[in-house]
Amino acid sequence: MLGKLTLSAIPYDVPILVGTFIGVAVIGLAVLAAITYFRKWGYLWREWLTTVDHKKLGVMYIVLAIVMLLRGFADAVMMRTQLALSYQGNPGYLPPHHYDQVFSAHGTIMIFFMAMAFMTGLFNFVVPLQVGARDVAFPFLNSVSFYMTLVGAVLINISLFIGEFSNVGWLGYPPVSELQFNPGVGVDYYIWAVQISGIGTLLTGVNFFTTIVKMRAPGMKWMHLPVFTWTAFFTNIMILTTFPILTATISMLSLDRYLGMHFFTNDGGGNVMLYLNLIWAWGHPEVYILILPAFGVFSEIAATFSGKSLFGYKTMVYASGAITVLGSIVWVHHFFTMGAGADVNTFFGIMTMFIAVPTGVKIFNWLFTMYKGRVRFEGPMNWIVGFMITFSIGGMTGVMLAMPAADWVLHNSLFLVAHFHNVIIGGVFFGYIAGMNYWFPKVFGYKLRDSWGKWAFRFWFVGFYLSFIPLYIVGIEGMTRRLNHYDNPNWHPWLLVACVGVFVLTLGVICQVGQLVFAIVDAVNKKHDAQDLTGDNWGSGRTLEWSIPSPVPHYNFARLPVIRGLDTFETEKELGRPEPVSELQPIHMPKYSSLGPILGFFTFLLGFAMVWHIWWLAIVGLVGAFIAVVVRSADLDIDYYVPVEEIRADEEAFAKRLNAPQAAE
Amino acid sequence: MKRLWRFFPALPALMLSGCTVDLLQPGGPIGEGNRDMMVLEFAVMMCVVVPTCIATLVIAWKYRAANTKAEYKPKWAHSNVLEVFIWGIPVLIIAVLSCINFWSTHYYDPYKPLAQDMLKREHAENTKPLEVQVVSLDWKWLFIYPEQGIATINELDVPTKTPLDLHITSDSVMTSFFIPQLGSQIYSMAGMETRLHLLARKPGSYRGEAAQYSGPGFSGMKFRAIAMPQEQFASWVENVRTGTSQFAEKDALDEKTYRRYATPPAVSNEVAPAPAPVTYFSNVQSALFQHIIAKYNNGMARDANGNGVMHMDMQNNGANGTSSATGM
Amino acid sequence: MSHDTTHASPAHHEEHEHQESPVVFGFWVYLMTDCIIFGTLFTVFAVLSHQFAGGPTGKELFDLKNVEIETAILLFSSITYGFAMLGAQAQKKAATLGWLFITFLLGCSFVFLEVNEFTDLIAHGAGPDRSAFLSAFFTLVGTHGLHVTCGLIWMVVAFIQILGKQGLGSRMISKLTCLSLFWHFLDVVWICVFTFVYLGSVL
Repeated sequence: MLGKLTLSAIPYDVPILVGTFIGVAVIGLAVLAAITYFRKWGYLWREWLTTVDHKKLGVMYIVLAIVMLLRGFADAVMMRTQLALSYQGNPGYLPPHHYDQVFSAHGTIMIFFMAMAFMTGLFNFVVPLQVGARDVAFPFLNSVSFYMTLVGAVLINISLFIGEFSNVGWLGYPPVSELQFNPGVGVDYYIWAVQISGIGTLLTGVNFFTTIVKMRAPGMKWMHLPVFTWTAFFTNIMILTTFPILTATISMLSLDRYLGMHFFTNDGGGNVMLYLNLIWAWGHPEVYILILPAFGVFSEIAATFSGKSLFGYKTMVYASGAITVLGSIVWVHHFFTMGAGADVNTFFGIMTMFIAVPTGVKIFNWLFTMYKGRVRFEGPMNWIVGFMITFSIGGMTGVMLAMPAADWVLHNSLFLVAHFHNVIIGGVFFGYIAGMNYWFPKVFGYKLRDSWGKWAFRFWFVGFYLSFIPLYIVGIEGMTRRLNHYDNPNWHPWLLVACVGVFVLTLGVICQVGQLVFAIVDAVNKKHDAQDLTGDNWGSGRTLEWSIPSPVPHYNFARLPVIRGLDTFETEKELGRPEPVSELQPIHMPKYSSLGPILGFFTFLLGFAMVWHIWWLAIVGLVGAFIAVVVRSADLDIDYYVPVEEIRADEEAFAKRLNAPQAAE
Repeated sequence: MKRLWRFFPALPALMLSGCTVDLLQPGGPIGEGNRDMMVLEFAVMMCVVVPTCIATLVIAWKYRAANTKAEYKPKWAHSNVLEVFIWGIPVLIIAVLSCINFWSTHYYDPYKPLAQDMLKREHAENTKPLEVQVVSLDWKWLFIYPEQGIATINELDVPTKTPLDLHITSDSVMTSFFIPQLGSQIYSMAGMETRLHLLARKPGSYRGEAAQYSGPGFSGMKFRAIAMPQEQFASWVENVRTGTSQFAEKDALDEKTYRRYATPPAVSNEVAPAPAPVTYFSNVQSALFQHIIAKYNNGMARDANGNGVMHMDMQNNGANGTSSATGM
Repeated sequence: MSHDTTHASPAHHEEHEHQESPVVFGFWVYLMTDCIIFGTLFTVFAVLSHQFAGGPTGKELFDLKNVEIETAILLFSSITYGFAMLGAQAQKKAATLGWLFITFLLGCSFVFLEVNEFTDLIAHGAGPDRSAFLSAFFTLVGTHGLHVTCGLIWMVVAFIQILGKQGLGSRMISKLTCLSLFWHFLDVVWICVFTFVYLGSVL
């Protein structure tokens, strides 16, 4: 009846997990109780869970990303403390069985459910506004994508308390992930979490690619796109070309595990090297999928806070394109040690090195954007300066790893771990956090407190170097990644320093949570000076999203914007906004739909049932999801018109707010 | 201040005093090559990274909003001259590094026997290479010396100044064979044979490890690589052969004994599996290595010269595979 | 690049409220990703096509005659679907439904033949768990078959919806256009399957 699921799957004998469970349960119950007490269930369901509004979905993605950041970060703290302790005979407090799950969960969560969710959240909020659209091309599909991501995240977190998670790393290399060596459900949790969220991402890719190609405001030519939207465009191209490979590869791994096939098994003619090639043919572009939008964020911020046009706009676009192309043909550098011929290794090594060219070009462009500007070091700008220094160092170690003759000793070492954290924290994470600080007032109409943001930055910047420079050093001292315990006295002091570093990072995380908490406090108290009344919170916004009120009305633009080249809003500020010639018209908008969460629910049943081999429940999930899709396709009542009166009232209120500060002068 | 400065060159040495920085203090020419490439790239990249970081800080400071005396050109967003430098400098650097990349990837190719000029520098041009067959198991390393007819577990003894010709496979999951101080690692995979050529210059005991996660016993999957002068190595071989060592296993390493050693230890969720003790085998069934590979290939394995395929008869655990070079 | 501002003249300043529906374009983009899934499976098949693990080879297993019939059926169903589309564009409900029904029957017979072939192979001990070659074969051909099955279910849903309120409205036309793209796409994939998998293994 319940497949492989029995009471013994619940790890009530593991104190750490029981403690975590109690903590999560208490917080969860408190949240549920609060929602019930304030009678917010109806509001939550009507306004948020069933939404197809890209802005609200964007917020939900980022909330998910932040919660997952806390989870993944807790894993990181556990790993660092384990390695600080488990030295010369001391086994530490995490035996391999747990430790291996922790590092696998850390990687999987941080990439798929923190970084990817954060990125998709930023796309959702920003891209339609920057291209002057009222929503994405397929709003309902957008909601489905979100629920797929959410289901993946829920599955991975449920594995904490029911059963176990994968213990073989974030890419699940066979044959150690095959049934023969891993009969538990851990790898199955990994498979279904990644598979379901991957399909969500693929749909997001279809959606945003179509949005950027088809939904741009009239007159917006390609070379009028803001750089963030450009990077989103290239990112979505990479999602479209590589996520299908992930889907196929993970499917084949599942077929091996569920139907006894022989794609990647040791016996029966299976081929491990095939998996490595396929997973990295997705996995390498994946890191560029993550970093390109961060580059986009930095480009927006650099121009805004330097009070200047972005230096070398076209160069930025071409460099992003070059990274897209090069990023897709370098995957072999993840296994120079597999024994490919020297010519193959050379080709992929050189291609990898050449990625440093467009990336270096971008760094120079940001530098020249600041040059002869008026640089204001408000919150978001701190992150970019920290990024440029940190990412240059990460890029340097990346080039070191790109040389096969050096990679043969650095591969799989903590040097490598330090390198990719260097570019992912220093690039991706700094970028997304800067983006969050930058667009937060646009989303909610309230600012994040700058001082907390600056402290968060300081702790992250210093904490990063404290945590990861030691890892570079122990890597050079020959320490392999994923070790659970060790006996080399040279490594111990460095790992202690890294452990201190992770606690400094914790302070950074606390500051960020504080920032969010105070923003809520400010909003509840309607604190006046925390409000963004003009819609152009930083006073120097250049792109379309700053031309409309904050928070953005649900239809985005009362009138579709008239595009006046690159940085339309900046031009408008200089030349004056043209008087609207057309009357306001009713706006055609999609209706919210409860089928998104329903589809998500059935997909969750399907995923959970497949993990535990509960076949009847899997069929229920599949049929339920199918019915939800059919119901949607039969639904004729999917849209409505926003009445002119509502739009006019909003516009008048906004005009009043805009004129208020001028009147005071 | 001046006095402090004097200590600066000694600083790295102080920080690392008493430590071996494996990758910077290699014990052989391959490791040296790896290190040289690393250091060279570091140096070349530093030439751009350091100026970039300084320029970032200087520009950010000079053009801060409070400094109203600095020039302000809000419309300045393009310069052909700068574009040339922005693209040109990285291309130039990467082009140089690419040439080095091409040369070093070929010169230090783990599959190729060590280059003649390298051997000459090591005074080993006339030394016959030592062949060792390496099998990764859960979670231990088995080293078979086919010519000597002996085998060891978790200890790789080699003569110095002798090219090492390593043939690597796995009889379990994939992992990576790595002796940091000797250089270059290579994956071990079931049913496949990967190659690695190394050389130990000076006598010493080097750490060896599995560098690819392979399961709960991964952290304990270590071995020592002990390099000793050639005469001493010969007497070590003799010692193993006679079975007088404290590590000696009385049974010969035939299919049956092998299966006993290849079986993974029982795994508990609470403690890490204990590392396998060092073991010497005085006698090894011939072509055991080929048998291990053939198991996964439907009975087929490459013959010792690497240019033919032989069929290993799995039913008959006899000594020799019937060699039928098909010339594939 | 600083400012190539175009002062939009009032004439251009119309609100494009009714942009053309991006559905067909979006679906086409989705098909391209599907194409990559098949591309991956073809690559895997190519890599594993000689990994028989002592089991039967393609030459011993495949019955080309059966496959030729399957091919003919699928190609013919593409033509009949084309007629259904013509009917839909001419707003002829009966013709659309009739041709859809014929396409559906052809699709069903294709799936039936394929399932037959699969059960036959499994009964003879040549199931997907026999060797890497057979894993790749079953997965590639099975994925195509699964797509055809999804197309058939989609056809049933469309059939009922045409009879219902949606009729042959613009939303249904764009839905049928997507299904048409899907169906022809599966044809193209099948041609590749026929050539590389069956012919490639037998010849």
